[in-house]
Order: sequence, then structure tokens, then C-alpha cells
Amino acid sequence: MAANWLPPVLLTASGRPVFLPGEIERCLLSAVDLEAEENPALPTLRSGLLVLTSHRILWIDESSSSGCAIPLAAVVHVFHPKKSLRNMFASPRVRIQVSTSPDGRVGEKGTRSEMVTIVMRGKTDPDVFYGRLLEVLRSRTWEASEESEGRERGSGSGEGSARVRMPVVGVSGILRKEQEMWESTDKSLQEAFHDLNALMSKAKEMVQLAENMRQKLLLGSNAQASANDDELGSKQEIQDWLLSVGIVSLVTKESAGALYHQQLSRQLADFVKLPLEKAGGMIALIDVYCLFNRARGTELISPEDLLQACALWEKFDVPVMLRKFDSGVMVIQNKAHSDDEVFARITSLAQKPDALLMGISPSDAALTLGIAPALAKEHMLTAESKGLLCRDVSPDGFRFYINLFKEIDPSDIYSIKTTGLVGAWVSATSTSG
Amino acid sequence: MQKLGGFKLPHFFNYPPYFTLQPVRETREKQVQLWKELILDYCRSQKIFVIGLEEDFPLFSNPVIERSLSHEAREVFLSALVAEGRAEWMDKSHKKCLILWLRIQAWADYILNFVKENGFEDSVMTVEDIQSGIETRGTELAGIDRCVLMRALRLLEQKGKAAIFKGTSTDDEGVKFSA
Repeated sequence: MAANWLPPVLLTASGRPVFLPGEIERCLLSAVDLEAEENPALPTLRSGLLVLTSHRILWIDESSSSGCAIPLAAVVHVFHPKKSLRNMFASPRVRIQVSTSPDGRVGEKGTRSEMVTIVMRGKTDPDVFYGRLLEVLRSRTWEASEESEGRERGSGSGEGSARVRMPVVGVSGILRKEQEMWESTDKSLQEAFHDLNALMSKAKEMVQLAENMRQKLLLGSNAQASANDDELGSKQEIQDWLLSVGIVSLVTKESAGALYHQQLSRQLADFVKLPLEKAGGMIALIDVYCLFNRARGTELISPEDLLQACALWEKFDVPVMLRKFDSGVMVIQNKAHSDDEVFARITSLAQKPDALLMGISPSDAALTLGIAPALAKEHMLTAESKGLLCRDVSPDGFRFYINLFKEIDPSDIYSIKTTGLVGAWVSATSTSG
Repeated sequence: MQKLGGFKLPHFFNYPPYFTLQPVRETREKQVQLWKELILDYCRSQKIFVIGLEEDFPLFSNPVIERSLSHEAREVFLSALVAEGRAEWMDKSHKKCLILWLRIQAWADYILNFVKENGFEDSVMTVEDIQSGIETRGTELAGIDRCVLMRALRLLEQKGKAAIFKGTSTDDEGVKFSA
């Protein structure tokens, strides 16, 4: 009778324990004794294989192919394997308190309890086992299995008993666990979707509203004759409101391209004011493209849109204009921008003693004028075409000098002038040696 | 100002843009004018009659400012001289240019004048004498290009002022001047 203090374990033909449904191995230890310390009447089980599962602690005697188990449900308390001077050289032990029935059988819901010591005589780390034991006790997987088993039995009793119990350990056990996890996630998602569906139905209404607006605007722009001031005003309002909400291209470009570009055109004119100031009155179109799109963030415009928007400025009264240089470079500049003023600054720069001697490069001018080098070059080329500067092309690069040709008299080329530009140049070159 | 082999260069020879072919029309026209003058003056002073475009012509480089005329620029300036009748291309590929710092007609006049002043009418001179003989030393005729001389002489021949006859070899070509 004493020998039956622990429920038995069924073993397979090859000595492996037969697992309960949902039971998963968690830890294996060899050379383990099970002692009932305080009850000498209960026999000690020596040197067996200890298998910790999600449901039980199994002890298997490999030599006799028999085993017994402590159901985890019966574990009342686990004591930490404390190390002390006393047990430093002894085999590590983990003591657990299990509940027993009045006649000493270990089982769940017992009225009495016993202390069982798991003596680990093999090479094991008691802390690992202890940790795993706590884990399985915490997860209480045996309860879930009981529940599901109960459900199964409830739904179809005949079926339940006739069902073949598939082994649910190892990989299939893991898969099963995954499955359970997915099912619970699915459930919570479904609940969330209830709310989302409610949101979606509202959004549908919004989209429908926007669509109605679009149709109205389309009709409005197509029926040109009926356009009076009132209508136009409200149309503009609607456009502005939609813009602020973030729906810009409500009107498709094909049907009413002008409206879209008009809006864009105004936006661009406002936007470009600040960068223009910073850049000294002129910015390359490519730079505006980058700046504008970066500012918009999401609804980026294409290069064609930008060009068209600039072209529309002619129709409005905006203080900016698009300008194309001979070289093909396109810039946006203030209408108030004066080329002559820039030329005056360039020519005065070109007449400084250093410049008379060495000329100026586009980057020198850019630095002095406070504009981009590419634009400085454009200005210098324009100044050259007006006869203010001459170019000097050499392996050192591209430089500009003040135009002296104008002042040289071809019928008197050998006389040395002392006045005017040439005079200044002569003195500058002679002083440098 | 710098000198190039005894020739005094104008001050704008040190102006770097002078050596870059100017794209702007008005500026280019001025530049071309200046170069034409300079080339003619230089060639006259150094008695240069032929310029080879692919050779190093001292006038086309200025080591002081480290600039040289590009091949394109040289061709442009020389072509301008040719258009004016002050130069002639010696080949179709424009590799050599004959510089007529005196036009052929001017040469002819010069020769005639020289003959008159030195009383060489009715006398015979070899072509070589005219080119490098003692009589012509110190005149423009000294070191004259043979082709140019022959052309001038032929021009005189056409006008009946001279008669060219061949000797036993080319060196012996002679001219008889008539008043």
C-alpha cells in the first residue's frame, strides 16, 4: 500500500512515458531520488529518471520499466534549494510539499500533506530545475487541458471516449500551443474589429460626401456660362476648405486641370517668398522643386505641375516670375529684381585690384553676392553678353575679367594708357611685378 | 612692356581674356581686330612670311600669364587676315598661312621704287640677289619670301616693268627691269 503512494505512470514499449493530452516535457534529470523525508513509512525511490512536464513530475525506474508521478495539481509548495554550509557538499535537493489523501496517497485535493524531497544525484543545476518547476506550476496548464477535456466530453460524450488520444508532446505539442495562442489573438482581434467597422461606415459617409462635392465642382467648372461671382467664390471656399483638410486633388487634372494648377500656383507664390529673400532674390527652379515638395511632405507635385504653376503666374498679380536664361537654366525671381543692380555689383567686384589681376570666378561672385554659384555664373554670362565682362578659359578654370577690349584703340595699340579702366589695369599689373 | 625677339609687345598682351576666343560678337570683333594688327606688325618686324598653325608660334603664347591661343582661335584670327587679303592659306587644310604684311601689289611697287632709286633699270639681277644680295641689305626686300617675290615680279612682268627669265637652274632665275 505504501508503494502506491504515488499514482503510476504508463510507459510505452520503448520505455517512454505516455503523456496526457496537452502534456509537454519541460525538464529531464537523471539519477534522482524521491524521498518522503518525514514519513519513513513511504519508500524512497532511488536513482530514477525525473521528467518534469507541464502536468506532472514523473519518476521512471528504467531498469524495471515502471514509474510513478506527482501530479502538479497536488503540489502545494516548493522550497528553494538553499545552499548552506551544511549541504554544500551534499547533492542538491528540492523539497516540495504535496497534498495527500487520508491514507497517504499523493493526489490533488488531499486533506493531509507530505514532504517530498527530490534529490539530484546526477550533474544538474538545481536552480534551473527549480526555475522550470515554478514556471510549470505558474502556468497551470493541467487546468486548461481538464477544461478542454471537460468541454469535449460535454459536447459529444460518445465521440469523446471514442476519440484516439494523439500524443500532444514534442513538436505537435508546441504547434498545439501556437494554435491556442492564435485562437485567443483572433478572438481579441474580432472584438477590435467591431469598433473598426463602425469607424469604416463613418468613413464611407465622408468619402461619399467628398465625391458629391467633386461632382458639383465638376459640373460647375464645365458649365462656364453659368459661372457668376457668387458661385466662383463658394467654389474657391470649398477648394480652400478641402485643401486644409488635406484633400488637394479633389478635382482631377483631366477634367479641370486649370483649377488644380491655379490653386497650386497661388500656394507656390506664397511659399516661395521666404526662400527668395534668403537667396537674394533669385532661386533655381530645381531648388524650388525640392523645397516645395519637402514642405508639402506627402502630396508631392511633379516637375510638370511646378512648371505649369509658374506659367500661370502671368495671369495673376503675384510678385514673382519664372525666367529662363540662354543656357536653359530656369529660375524664379522677384519681379522687383533688377538685373542692372546685380551687374553693377559684379562690375564693381571685377574692378577691384585683385580681380583686375586674377579675374573672378563664379564662386567668388557667389560668395560676394550671396547667391548660389550656378546663379552667379548665369549673371556673369549675362553680364558678358552685355559687354561688361570677358571670359578667360584656361586649365585653371573659367574666370571673368572686366572688359578692357572696349577701351583699347586698335589704331594705337602700343601706347600705354594711364587713365580709365585700362589705366587701372595697367597699374594693377605693373605693381604686382 | 615685354619684348618678343626685339619686338615690343602691346600692354594687353598680358590680359588673359585676350587669349580666349570671346563668344560675344562685339567683344569678338574687337579682339579679332587687335590680333590682326599684332600679327601683321610682328611678322613685319621679324620678317616672318609663313605661320604654321600646328607649330609653336611665339606670338600665340604668353608664358608670363600662362596662356596660349587654341587652334580654333588661331584659325579664326588668320582667317580674318585672309578675308582682308592680308594673308593666304597655303593649303586646303589650313595648316600653313602666308602672311602678306605687304600686299603683293605693295611689294611690286616697293621693288619698282627700289629699282628706280638705285638705278637698276635695264640691269639684270638674279632673284637670289634680290632676296639676299648686298644691294637689298637694309631694305624690306632683304629676306623676302621667294614665293612672294616671284609673285610680285610676275605682277611687274604683267605690267611690262620687268622680264623674268630662267637660267640653267632655278637658282639662276633672273629679272630684267625696264623703266
